[in-house]
Amino acid sequence: MDQALVIAAHGSHLNAESSTPTFSHADTIRATGAFSEVRESFWKEEPHFREALRTVDAEEVYLVPLFISEGYFTEQVIPREFRLDDWDPALWDSDGTSADSATLTADDTGQTVHYCGPVGTHDSMSDVIVQRAKSVTDDPDVGDGFGLAVVGHGTERNENSAKAIEYHADRIAKMDRFDEVAALFMDEDPEVDDVTDFFGSETHSASGRSHGRRPCEDIVVVPLFIADGYHTQEDIPEDMGLCEDYRDGWGVPETVDDRRIWYAGAVGTEPLMADVVLERAADAGADVRAAIEQVRGETDDASAAGD
Amino acid sequence: MNEDPVDALVATAPDGIDFDGLRVEERDGYTFETPADAASGLAAAALREAATGDPYVGNWYFWHAVAPQTDARWTFLRWLEGAEEQPVAERYDALDDGLATEWGQLRVTVSLDGPAGRRYELRHVDDAGTSADELDGYEDPLDARELAKHDDDGDYRPLKTAPSLQTGWRFPSLAAADVVEAVHAFYPATVQNWHREREGELDVDHWRETVDRQTGIYGVVRTWDRGEGHEHVNWVAEACCDDSQCLKRREWEYDDETELDVAGGDGEFPCREPCSLVIAAARQWTKLEGEQSETYEFELTPSEKEQVEAVIDAVADGRADDIREADVYDGANRYRTRFLRAKLFDDDGNLAGVETDN
Ligand code: SF4
Repeated sequence: MDQALVIAAHGSHLNAESSTPTFSHADTIRATGAFSEVRESFWKEEPHFREALRTVDAEEVYLVPLFISEGYFTEQVIPREFRLDDWDPALWDSDGTSADSATLTADDTGQTVHYCGPVGTHDSMSDVIVQRAKSVTDDPDVGDGFGLAVVGHGTERNENSAKAIEYHADRIAKMDRFDEVAALFMDEDPEVDDVTDFFGSETHSASGRSHGRRPCEDIVVVPLFIADGYHTQEDIPEDMGLCEDYRDGWGVPETVDDRRIWYAGAVGTEPLMADVVLERAADAGADVRAAIEQVRGETDDASAAGD
Repeated sequence: MNEDPVDALVATAPDGIDFDGLRVEERDGYTFETPADAASGLAAAALREAATGDPYVGNWYFWHAVAPQTDARWTFLRWLEGAEEQPVAERYDALDDGLATEWGQLRVTVSLDGPAGRRYELRHVDDAGTSADELDGYEDPLDARELAKHDDDGDYRPLKTAPSLQTGWRFPSLAAADVVEAVHAFYPATVQNWHREREGELDVDHWRETVDRQTGIYGVVRTWDRGEGHEHVNWVAEACCDDSQCLKRREWEYDDETELDVAGGDGEFPCREPCSLVIAAARQWTKLEGEQSETYEFELTPSEKEQVEAVIDAVADGRADDIREADVYDGANRYRTRFLRAKLFDDDGNLAGVETDN
């Protein structure tokens, strides 16, 4: 039976680039031929969540939210707008970062919808963050002598948003690849404004993850956001002191407090994100193993070609 | 799909065919009938001979083996060439020259690609008379997503059905399935909703239902509806949904008993509920409309009063940028407006020096 993929993303009324990562990951997956149809859908743009399913011919749909954390959008807005009437957040049985999938029926179209957890809390997202570090430094072996900061919103709007950042920071720290790994936030401590304080200085081991080694001269900063926009292209660069005014731009790397900051921009623009979308669908039962191999191969090739 | 139409016809004949004027049956040999031709008791070879090159056969084959088969797509493609009204012979004559139809600001021209095929050219309606070599050519229907993003000035278009589609491009030769994809990229879900409406199955959510569904920062819009009045929703529809702002035909009303007092528009495809842009704007209006009126006193000359009206009109109609630099006869001209500001605003930007009560 035909299986379709629908990607649900936020989109924007103001920023034309918000939809770009969604389109490009959809195109990557489309090219694998794993799904009879791949459709993008948005909260603030069209095709809107509300009307996406009726444009899909397949009776079986894998619905993957291109969102960073579990919470308001994944638990309330998306199920409501897609008319998954029997949805209940308990179906995911998640502690905030462990959502899997739930199979439901869309009320308006009768399609079977495998509603997956968001890309942001999938384990393979940790690999994308590392891949982002490789891409921005143009070094497939990046790690030794480098610190890595994973940056997100704080808990202000959603408690789980901080959980997702910490979850991946912990997982990457355990890989023992980077000298130090820190989870930093935009609007609460530990704050991204003081990014250099958190790497290799014993007196400031606020991250609690200092190995007490020599200070990292190089720090890769990866914001855990889906698309580049106001936060990743204006707020965070200015907060970290990469520039006085975002309009002036910044270097990659840019020197701040004698450290080199490699600012990666939104992790969601990394081509390997397409893999996380596929992993989510695979976990929900989609037959996409070959596509996962292909996408992983291609995105590795892309990074190798860039070396 | 790569089958020969005549082979397909012979293979299907035992089930009988009755489509767009073509009738084929297998009973005491084959019957083959079109408005131009009728024969019965045919042997298979004679049936093949009669069918070969016949437009009715090509037409049948296209609609059953080439065109996408899901109802909405199929019906839309049929509509594009007036297939339900025009007999095959006349239709094929028209398709020979290219048959053009409009869908929003899209101009779709259908042509024959052999008797059993179609090609679709897509361009902006305003480019109908532009020579092809002046337009940028595209092959991949998904490229329409990028074209749909910005208007001719390079500004972002948050509303796909705003009448501000950029010009200067064309898809010279799309296959049937691809033209529907391209239309979806320009005007998402319009084909499906148009089809649902034709079938009497359009699921309209009126203002009240849509607003009641909102949560989070949009939940506040619910508080804008008080008592019996729905005048504020008239204003929303007039501001956002007018044909000059959006090509969808608004089918939603205040609620299922209360129609709005403004027209829904003449668009080909329906709008089934207030869109996200309208809800986001309504959130702002809910806040602003919570304020109480105050009385302010200004002194304006009659021409100044009219000029204020002209400025509001020009901005509301998106005309401000089109007013010529030296057209000081237009109240919304930049020099005229700057003069008014120089004369009437104090250093803090207060009109006629009158402070705003907060
Ligand atoms: S709500 Fe109004 S502006 Fe929005 S799509 Fe419908 S008709 Fe257009």
